[in-house]
Amino acid sequence: MDLQLKIWRQKNKLNKGEIKNYSIKNIEPDMSFLEMLDILNQGLISSGEEPVAFDHDCREGICGACSLVINGAPHGPDKGTTTCQLHMRRFNDGDTIYIEPFRGNSFPVIKDLVVDRSAFDRIQQAGGYVSVNTSGNTVDANATPIPKPDADKAFEAAACIGCGACVAACKNSSAMLFVGAKVSQYAHLPQGKVEAKERVTNMVKQMDKEGFGNCTNTGACEAHCPKEISVENIANLNREYLLSKIK
Amino acid sequence: MYSSIIKKVLMALSGIFLMVFLLQHLAINLTSLFPDDGNTFNKISHFMGYNPLVQFVLQPILIFGVFFHFIMGFVLEYQNRKARISKYIYHKTRSSWVSKNMILSGLVILAFLALHFYDFWIPEMDYKYINFKQPDSLKYFHELQEKFYGQTTRTTIYCISFILLGLHLNHGLSSSFQSVGISNKKEKNLQRLAIIYSFIISFGFSFIAIYHYFVH
Repeated sequence: MDLQLKIWRQKNKLNKGEIKNYSIKNIEPDMSFLEMLDILNQGLISSGEEPVAFDHDCREGICGACSLVINGAPHGPDKGTTTCQLHMRRFNDGDTIYIEPFRGNSFPVIKDLVVDRSAFDRIQQAGGYVSVNTSGNTVDANATPIPKPDADKAFEAAACIGCGACVAACKNSSAMLFVGAKVSQYAHLPQGKVEAKERVTNMVKQMDKEGFGNCTNTGACEAHCPKEISVENIANLNREYLLSKIK
Repeated sequence: MYSSIIKKVLMALSGIFLMVFLLQHLAINLTSLFPDDGNTFNKISHFMGYNPLVQFVLQPILIFGVFFHFIMGFVLEYQNRKARISKYIYHKTRSSWVSKNMILSGLVILAFLALHFYDFWIPEMDYKYINFKQPDSLKYFHELQEKFYGQTTRTTIYCISFILLGLHLNHGLSSSFQSVGISNKKEKNLQRLAIIYSFIISFGFSFIAIYHYFVH
């Protein structure tokens, strides 16, 4: 298939970017979206042009590195998939495809389609962990009985790969789904209860410090999350936060 | 100052407070449909208009609640717009129009509120506290009829506003549950409650306006 691509090009963090048009021919329907970009880049390199910079790593929907907004939707038109799991058969011959980076002040563009998502790392570092005694008395995590419903909820929240699609989809660039998932992941487990108050307080404080917007419950985050993390985790985050202020 | 979650909770609580008031307002207005020449409506309206507790305690709290909700809404909207300076060229997300445009429906409600105050509240304040006229317990039903009977423009504006109010309330109430942390995706009853509540308010007020447009 032949396609028209409208891709955001930006030299670096300081430069103002713009949409540039590219034509690409003979794309196989079974190629992945990233493979299509690889072919585009090969052509650009051959003709002496700067290739399009984009993030990718595992290419199997696990790492959360790929981060494109395709035709207005983070990770493209399919539900519950990452950009790397998107295939060209989802498009038609002659289509025009818009490709932009995830946008938000807290996710500044580094180059072209690559954004700096270290704000998520800093939120995680603020409290997204459990402290474990490793002095030789370490308790096997499996030795602590956990009710199945709690384990399931924690596991569902832990499926978040921290890609940032929730921020990219939200009209307010809110990171509440990410923070909600990370807080819920531990809140449902006995191991996470000990530091629950500090965790939620510090993670929310860091989230606000990073400049993410406020959640207005549009549900776009859940709708575009490649791991289909539920907005129930945001309600859980709110509950944990309010309880931490009361207790 | 306040965390983003506290701001959301304050927005939700002020919204719930205003929703309780709306329910009370609708209940009183529904008495204007009683076939008793407006006697019940006049009695309740007179009580509300001259009871010191209502006038000097509840009314100021209500006005504060309205201002707080609107100002907080504008503050949150400003902060949210500021969080993404570099806009998308093409952005098409999977979320409802109402949820994305609460500020728009809120502004329509604010404009409607100005009209509603101009129609009823300002004349009432003028009557009682500027001209110091004697209490007239029979005037309320007459005023209501005067404002709506055969008044196509006003009735239409009111009804359109009530539809937008209903949409605003539907998202607002379900969103409030989420904000205070009592939402549960598997428990759809809260969503149903929001739909039922917003329908009752929107349909109830519209019906009253249309009824008095046709019936004198």
